[in-house]
Amino acid sequence: MFEMETYYIPLDDWIQTGIEWLAFNFRPFFLLIRWPVEALLKTIESGLLVVPALILVVTFALLALWISGRGLALFTAFALIFINLIDLWAEAMTTLSLIATAIVACVLIGIPTGILCARSELAWRIVRPVLDIMQTTPSFVYLIPVVMLFGVGTVPGAVAVIIVAAPPLIRFTNLGIRMVDKELVEAGIAYGATSRQLLWEVQLPQALPTILGGLNQTVLMAMVMAVIVAMIGAEGLGLVVLQGLGRLDVGRAAIGGIGIVLLAIILDRLTQALAHRQKPDSPKPSQQGVRFSIKRALAGSRKEHLANSDEPIRADQ
Amino acid sequence: MSNRIEVRNLYKIFGNDPAQALRMLEAGSSKDKLLAETGSVLGVDNVSLKVPAGAISVIMGLSGSGKSTLARCVNRILEPTAGQVLLDGDDITHVGLDKLREIRRHRMSMVFQNFGLFPRKSVIENVAFGLKMQGIGQRERYAKAGEVLETVGLSAWASHLPAALSGGMRQRVGLARALATDADILIMDEAFSALDPLIRGEMQGELLRLQNALHKTVLFITHDFQEALRLGTRIAIMSDGALIREGAPQEVVTEPGHDYVAAFTRNVDRSRLFDALSVMSAEKNEFFELDSEGRLIGYRETATGKLSQNYTAVRPETKLIAIAGAAQGGRPVAVTDEEGRYQGYVPTQALLAGISGPKVPDQEDTVYV
Repeated sequence: MFEMETYYIPLDDWIQTGIEWLAFNFRPFFLLIRWPVEALLKTIESGLLVVPALILVVTFALLALWISGRGLALFTAFALIFINLIDLWAEAMTTLSLIATAIVACVLIGIPTGILCARSELAWRIVRPVLDIMQTTPSFVYLIPVVMLFGVGTVPGAVAVIIVAAPPLIRFTNLGIRMVDKELVEAGIAYGATSRQLLWEVQLPQALPTILGGLNQTVLMAMVMAVIVAMIGAEGLGLVVLQGLGRLDVGRAAIGGIGIVLLAIILDRLTQALAHRQKPDSPKPSQQGVRFSIKRALAGSRKEHLANSDEPIRADQ
Repeated sequence: MSNRIEVRNLYKIFGNDPAQALRMLEAGSSKDKLLAETGSVLGVDNVSLKVPAGAISVIMGLSGSGKSTLARCVNRILEPTAGQVLLDGDDITHVGLDKLREIRRHRMSMVFQNFGLFPRKSVIENVAFGLKMQGIGQRERYAKAGEVLETVGLSAWASHLPAALSGGMRQRVGLARALATDADILIMDEAFSALDPLIRGEMQGELLRLQNALHKTVLFITHDFQEALRLGTRIAIMSDGALIREGAPQEVVTEPGHDYVAAFTRNVDRSRLFDALSVMSAEKNEFFELDSEGRLIGYRETATGKLSQNYTAVRPETKLIAIAGAAQGGRPVAVTDEEGRYQGYVPTQALLAGISGPKVPDQEDTVYV
């Protein structure tokens, strides 16, 4: 009789061998990837840790005021002060620098890749299944090859965060450009736009809200992964939770969790507001520039700005 | 009148293998057979068309008739499968992308059905878009765009976003964008179709007014026969990708030559289309008195035999609807040229016949879809 147990594919051994081979033979390549990530991470982290906490709180609150409004600015200020009061400031800043590094890297990699995919059917046919696999793979699973290829610590953690966070931005960029109204693209072509002009004048501006929506997703993915990479030795808020779990110290695990939630809410709201601000229908004079932004920041919330301006208020607002 | 654009035997086939489909077509396959066997759609079927300079040429057809496809083949937003498009006598079907871009920047512009305005650019930036593509600096660009905005009456809206404008105003911006470049050929793809009827009429008037001053060569696409009649110097009617009738508006109405065309002409308000010339009798009329140079000086009353001014003089190009009003109560109507010279008169019978159109004997039984 057929015995299932007789047959065995040593897939685990093969993968082990494969990864070891990669790690051994492509070491310079992985160092090459590691280097800019490390440089970026260290710069951002030391920057965030060198500036006094109070100044950073004010800076972030002002940023929130500018991008969103008074509500988020207040929330940001209180949340950051609270994080400082529960003595997690340094950890929060490390996590933030992990996320910031990932955002920079994802924007640099993801947006050009997304543009390429939108313009070349072939590129999209190659990239799409890769993204599918990347997004269905549990983020946990990425830790193993990352450790093998990049080692342990915060920098390999940042690499893992980048890998997990990049796919949404690629997808949304591709989608945003493909969704641009056909008539607008035709208008661009009909007036003699080169493909570069078409991209910068028509496609990217139109796709911007969608791309920023993708950025929001990327930031949230980065947030989640920045916690998980504590398991491969990355520092930050994740490590606090992990330590709490290891010592069965519920209190410590909980404050780590609270810090993560507060940070996540700030980042989510900020990036969402950024995406919303770019919607073409939101009433704003096009030649706004810095003066307008300051005026709005001073005026406070969006509603007040509308009431003060001479812009027509449209029914759908 | 020379032809700015000439389309020769143009085919556009949508599908995986247009070349193969074209061979089948040349071998005598029908459009339906083509679709069934290859999945290819015949968009434009062997169309030849001339677009004369300085006039509005209208391509009219219902949706799916291939009119917009044809228009897009002219500036090669769509690549024709076979045939030629000549611009001022030069074949542009095979020119390279650089040359094509030059043509699009400097010689042809386009107006779109849903306006095609960039929602994130202000009105003036939209109008200046073509100039930006030409590489003109911002100051010069805005100066030119400002002038054109002035001519369409939207100067006050220059810094607003298109979203703040009504439909009619948006299309004025679309028109201004097309006029801002030095291109003197305008492709207007269903430019007024998205507007409500009142605004549409207004925009047609606006286009005619601008055209009077600018004398652009306009290729106007529409599905509205009334619009075609009002705007067109020439009208081409398309059905199923093929051109089935081409001619001056009055010709098309008097001799539809095709059931499909006749279905449109049936409901035409002939009184607004036809002019005095079409119903005029050029014969001498004993009741109209002329001076030695042929100028009309009066009307001799039948009853009294006295010379009176109790008549109406119209120009040959006066529309029947205007004459009908003047001819009320049996007032005689004479046709004179701009110097008042007698050209003929309009018999009441001819006027009525001209307005009501030819009798269709079996009108009740014929159903046009």
